Amino acid sequence: MFVENFKIALSQLAASKLRTFLTALGIIIGLSSVIIIMTVGDAMNNMALESMGSMGANKFTLYVTEKPSDDGSVGNVRDWKESDKISNDMIDKTLEHFKGKIKGVSLKEEVTQTEITQGNKSAAVSLNGVNDIALEQEKLKLLAGNNITASDMKNSRSVALVSDRYVNKLYDGDWQAALGKQVEIVVNNKYYIYTIVGVYQAPMNDGFFGSGGNIDDMPSDIFVPVKTTERQSGGNSAFYNIDLIAETGADMEALTADVPQWINDTFYASNDAYMVEAYNMQSYVEEMTDMVNTIKLAFMAIAAISLLVGGIGVMNIMIVTITERTREIGTRKALGATNNSIRMQFITEAVVVCLMGGIVGVSLGVAAGYGITSFMKVPTFTSISGIVGCLLFSMSFGVLFGYLPANKAAKMNPIDALRYE
Amino acid sequence: MDENKVMIDARGVIKKFNIGKENELEILHGIDIRIMEGEFVSIVGTSGSGKSTLMNIIGLLDKPTEGSYILDDIDAIAAKDNELSHIRNRKIGFVFQNYNLIPRATSLNNVELPMLYAGVGLRERRARALELLEMVGMAERADHKPDELSGGQKQRVAIARALANDPSIILADEPTGALDSVTGQMIMDLFRKLNLERGITIVLITHSNELAEETDRILTLKDGNIIGERRGTGAQENVC
Ligand SMILES: Nc1ncnc2c1ncn2[C@@H]1O[C@H](COP(=O)(O)OP(=O)(O)OP(=O)(O)O)[C@@H](O)[C@H]1O
Ligand SMILES: [Mg+2]
Repeated sequence: MFVENFKIALSQLAASKLRTFLTALGIIIGLSSVIIIMTVGDAMNNMALESMGSMGANKFTLYVTEKPSDDGSVGNVRDWKESDKISNDMIDKTLEHFKGKIKGVSLKEEVTQTEITQGNKSAAVSLNGVNDIALEQEKLKLLAGNNITASDMKNSRSVALVSDRYVNKLYDGDWQAALGKQVEIVVNNKYYIYTIVGVYQAPMNDGFFGSGGNIDDMPSDIFVPVKTTERQSGGNSAFYNIDLIAETGADMEALTADVPQWINDTFYASNDAYMVEAYNMQSYVEEMTDMVNTIKLAFMAIAAISLLVGGIGVMNIMIVTITERTREIGTRKALGATNNSIRMQFITEAVVVCLMGGIVGVSLGVAAGYGITSFMKVPTFTSISGIVGCLLFSMSFGVLFGYLPANKAAKMNPIDALRYE
Repeated sequence: MDENKVMIDARGVIKKFNIGKENELEILHGIDIRIMEGEFVSIVGTSGSGKSTLMNIIGLLDKPTEGSYILDDIDAIAAKDNELSHIRNRKIGFVFQNYNLIPRATSLNNVELPMLYAGVGLRERRARALELLEMVGMAERADHKPDELSGGQKQRVAIARALANDPSIILADEPTGALDSVTGQMIMDLFRKLNLERGITIVLITHSNELAEETDRILTLKDGNIIGERRGTGAQENVC
């Protein structure tokens, strides 16, 4: 009987394709938005988690910020002074005080972004001075050659790690050929030369998600010892912000609160305008996930309204169908259809419309979600349970919104239905 | 066949419409009607005399306002919706003036429909539907939809459908009303054949005196009362 109802429903719907499509449109739009929201939201959360993974869950950042004034307002203080910054001396004392909890400072300073040309080949690069801890944080995968060594760091040698993308551009992808070659780079009108000691694998997204263009044309990082770049540029004695790396197993929440507290008590007590604060990657990611989830929820609400409107549309069209087919209902009853079989017939029809809308909507949603996330350059997949859930949901929608009209049909008096003009 | 078995036994049937409203109407004023198994009866009368109203009550599509009605030993007044559906499905075959075939369904599907509601399996349903279409000479049109058939062809499909569950009664309300006299006669012959060969009880409403004459018994209805009853030529044929 179910199979028959299903066939009847299909032929009925096939007979008025445009109407079926328009009926299902609300469901299609609603469900495709749900899928898109799920996919993109998950992708964004994954991205946040991934960036936490790559930037380090045990990293926290100290930065100088304005002290809130007595009335709690901000933005009306004097300009920066050199003495407001975090000095090397403060850093040393802090590391000393939190020994065993903080591993060290991660120094990564971008010296310049430029284009390196050799003959008719060129590669965009970003030159970064890093210390040992920062380099460790990068978690580079070495493809050829050696890493920058502790002694390179200590002796401020002019050695460099370049990415495979750099090698692709300048040495036709031959890693070995690149080793020992020189990177010639101009910083502040001065000419510097670094020797390539290693080639590392550039991460999938170089932090340039969403910027569209071809990743090969984005600047790739060149890493050199930070002491070398400091020596070249005259060196930094104080910072607006620094990244600290906690020892494994340290309580990040506590450190993020205690370290700035101690620094403020010790060094900024007498500062009239500035103080330090800290945030860690984890709380940043949490904040980001919270935000994504809030946005997700808002869009879900809109999708839900669209679905509701779609469902009411289905109900409406079912009422029209039943009115149009009153004589048919009368005939079926005369031929022996029970109230229940009439009810089932029309519920099946509503379910089939909703299911078709569901299939189209889910397909569109998956396709659009895939398109958006691949544009964002975030690897993604739509959860199977989400898809199945949406399809089941659309079917239950058919039952929900088909029931009332179907019941109306079932309760028709046979002779009234047959006499209907 | 037991010639003395009563198939339809209605007593004091009153039918009112719009009960309790200003425009309340009494259409049937206490009809007594008795039809034996295997009889071929026609009901005639002027338009608006209540023929269809009576037929709908006989066919369990409507309930009388007052009176009793026993159909093949079943009390139709007491029966519930589902039982009525079941009886219509198994015992009664309807033939309507306007055919009432399901649009968008083929002749075959239309004939299968009563068997579908009776829970007959696909194979058996198909086979029997084809057999019935063959019998009414519509086998070639099995895959045609109603809008591709002539009136006479539609009515033959409708008759095949009425026969699907081997009913004991056929109720035909002006089955030839929309057909020319030759086609009408063909349908009549088909009914007579079914009546003779299968012993199916037939109640026929018609405006054609010639067709009514061919039946066993003719009942005349006027303003909601049966005012006359006489034997038709069919009765003599039967005796021969
Ligand atoms: N559902 C209804 N509500 C109100 N009046 C009705 C209803 N059904 C039938 N009638 C009235 O009952 C009367 C008899 O109708 P019916 O259809 O039984 O006549 P009929 O003898 O079959 O006529 P015809 O030969 O034209 O088919 C008519 O006056 C009609 O208006
Ligand atoms: Mg009538």
